[in-house]
Amino acid sequence: MKRILLGAGLGVAAALALAAPAQAAKTLVYCSEGSPENFNPMVNTTGTSFDVSLPVYNNLVEFERGGTKVVPGLAESWEISDDGLTYTFHLRKGAKWHSVGDFKPTRDANADDVLWSFNRQWKTDHPFHKVSGGAYDYFNDMAMPTLLKSIDKVDDYTVKFVLNKVEAPFLANLAMPFAPIQSAEYAEFLQKKNQIDKMDQVPVGTGPFQFVAYQKDAVIRYKTFEPFWGGRAPIDNLVFAITPDAAVRYAKLKAGECNIVPYPNPADLETMKKDTSITLMEQEGLNVGYLAFNTTKKPFDDVRVRRALNMAIDKKAIVDAVYQGAGVPAKNPIPPTMWSYNKDIEDYPFDPERAKKLLAEAGYPNGFESDLWAMPVQRPYNPNAKRMAEMMQADLAKIGVKAKIVQYEWGEYRKRLQAGEHLMGMMGWTGDNGDPDNFLNVLLGCEAARIGGSNISKWCNKEFDDLTVQAKRTTDVAARTKLYEQSQVIFKEEAPWFPVAHSVVHMALSKNVVDYKMEAFGIHRFYGVDLKQ
Amino acid sequence: MLRFILTRVSLVIPTFLGVTFLTFLLIRLVPGDPIEVRVGERGIPPERLEQLRHELGLDQSLWHQFLDYIGGVLSGDLGLSLVTRNPVLDEFLTLFPATIELAALAMLFATVVGLPAGIIAAVKRGSIFDHGVMGISLTGYSMPIFWWGLLLILFFSVGLGWTPVSGRLDLLYYVEPVTGFMLIDTLLAGEYGAFWSALHHLILPMVVLGTVPLAVVARMTRSAMLEVLGEDYIRTAKAKGLAGKRVIGLHALRNALIPVVTVIGLQVGTLLGGAILTETIFSWPGVGKWLIESINRRDYPALQGGVLLIASTVMAVNLLVDLLYGVLNPRIRHSR
Repeated sequence: MKRILLGAGLGVAAALALAAPAQAAKTLVYCSEGSPENFNPMVNTTGTSFDVSLPVYNNLVEFERGGTKVVPGLAESWEISDDGLTYTFHLRKGAKWHSVGDFKPTRDANADDVLWSFNRQWKTDHPFHKVSGGAYDYFNDMAMPTLLKSIDKVDDYTVKFVLNKVEAPFLANLAMPFAPIQSAEYAEFLQKKNQIDKMDQVPVGTGPFQFVAYQKDAVIRYKTFEPFWGGRAPIDNLVFAITPDAAVRYAKLKAGECNIVPYPNPADLETMKKDTSITLMEQEGLNVGYLAFNTTKKPFDDVRVRRALNMAIDKKAIVDAVYQGAGVPAKNPIPPTMWSYNKDIEDYPFDPERAKKLLAEAGYPNGFESDLWAMPVQRPYNPNAKRMAEMMQADLAKIGVKAKIVQYEWGEYRKRLQAGEHLMGMMGWTGDNGDPDNFLNVLLGCEAARIGGSNISKWCNKEFDDLTVQAKRTTDVAARTKLYEQSQVIFKEEAPWFPVAHSVVHMALSKNVVDYKMEAFGIHRFYGVDLKQ
Repeated sequence: MLRFILTRVSLVIPTFLGVTFLTFLLIRLVPGDPIEVRVGERGIPPERLEQLRHELGLDQSLWHQFLDYIGGVLSGDLGLSLVTRNPVLDEFLTLFPATIELAALAMLFATVVGLPAGIIAAVKRGSIFDHGVMGISLTGYSMPIFWWGLLLILFFSVGLGWTPVSGRLDLLYYVEPVTGFMLIDTLLAGEYGAFWSALHHLILPMVVLGTVPLAVVARMTRSAMLEVLGEDYIRTAKAKGLAGKRVIGLHALRNALIPVVTVIGLQVGTLLGGAILTETIFSWPGVGKWLIESINRRDYPALQGGVLLIASTVMAVNLLVDLLYGVLNPRIRHSR
């Protein structure tokens, strides 16, 4: 670690020397919530770690600022073959690599770097595969090893990906943080120096900001990379000041020590809204919190029971009490900000009388006994599952359903739900790539309904599944939208879930921050942000 | 004297083993392993879980893992952090100076304020000052660190703007870590502005962390002084016509210091424990904050190594304190 700091220190001296004469160097300070594991998103799974790599790297394709649309990154353009199996990417010329420490790149980013980066995650015999632990969780989770057939270099600026099957979300997957392009030349340089571990500790990328130094658990420094292919960033320096306590982050913002603060305390939101010295931004998160009924077990194999319970719980009261203004009631499995969200769908009304009647029709005039699983931890889509479970329990008691609240340790909880041990269980999801497939197929598809799969309703509806599978095999967005809209209608009729809410994410900013955009995937990016002097 | 030292040192070994075993066991009793903690909603296929557990050596029996670990520790290898893949010892040594700097200043603060306060309270027993000091130290002792820290931040940093909210150095400065002690490094670099900034950043965390030891030192000094002041030799000294200050400063204080030094030594444990909370509030890049993250991420080697190293520090300080007795009080030295 010391070695790294020393090496990076030289860079800092240079950075300070550059920044020194200009008194008005613009330094944007982001008070981040935690320390990163390292600076390589391939091996990480947390937003905290993704955030620190995003300034440095580019992907082949990227998500547009503040949106879910896929836009060019290092690839300037691409073509998809008619059979949907071959993706040809044309790389942008003149994308420069950063110089860090004594590494001086001699060439621009090209096809070799793309191959190097994907092979690192894919091929176990790649010399860097084992670096930083070698667990490429996202690469595996997105099923890349089975999806990819080959990746070939056509020429220096053209790369061809061939898939084993048609997968419409593939392009969006490549825009996810786990797929950055690293420098093959830098890797070779480190190999010669016998310092391959530095690859992920002192990152070299083609992104808008260049890494300067990381003082462990305290400060991460970047400076603007002048020759960035997308144009120089408006600010000169970017600093992450690691501040784990939410109340302290707010205090730092008020004292002028930070410009941008993520994850405010829910309890502080009211005060922050009234605080005229700061700006509070909010956006519906790309997530959903829900209660799943195990459709393979009695009485939840009967759709009337599931519908009855959908009418028995007072959703609005729960959202008000548990989310305290940081949530909107959910009616569909996908969040309203996602394309193909079916806004015409009508939610079940809160109507305990009708619920009781439906239960009687299904053969349970006096209700029944059930369990009600609640996760033991706070999640982005559910700030307090225990409280939520208690409110649901009270509502259900009114129609004669006696629910017993069950809790396990988080890892165990998830495992048991995925094994289908429950009757009713709470869960949620945060989107990875902005594609509806990432919700509808992953959470409700037949493939995921197996024991151990993430469809915890274990609901396998042929009609629904046909629609989502067909949508996955089509690359035409308009056609896919229609299919997904239709599948949401079936979801509502069949009611395998009681969808609870989509949480709202907040960011607090100092007044001099210009053009910060909140991101859909819970990440934070600072290219394009400016500071008013 | 040598025998005394050897006896004390030999007692350290079972303590050391006990600490190692307890840390090893306790973190494993916490449900959830390092892999499951990070997989989130998505879950992980059983084959892949097995493979990862195998790579991390978590599929072996607890005994096997423990013996492996002890073997490593004895040869000076604390293993790699499961999260960052850096050697645990390197990470600890990078962060520990920040904790020591903070703890040392907190102790200094506690002693410099607590000792005189306790002495005056004892000498002026029953006065308003005495009641005041005792009342305030009881309050200080009972104050939750978290609340106290935030209160000071709100008042001095946000309200008055006198001190920075958190961190160790103004972001304007970058000082090359040489010793890891910011006060020393800034001076070495000749950056006096940075030195002032570092000092400024230390004030609030120092006060927060030093509050409990301060209360303990003040109360202990007072009661030890009261006891000594009642001794015959003090009356004799006074009868000889010595000046009051000389009696208190030389005859009474020297004798009263022995229990106070013990207490100060014991406070090292309290300080390092309190540092965990203080560092989290003030975003202080020390080992306390690092340990909290290691627990959350179930980073077994980091947590085990960190606790072991801190325990060793506490044991070493206690040993030093024991040895210091001999210097302060020849009777102890000779009786063993």
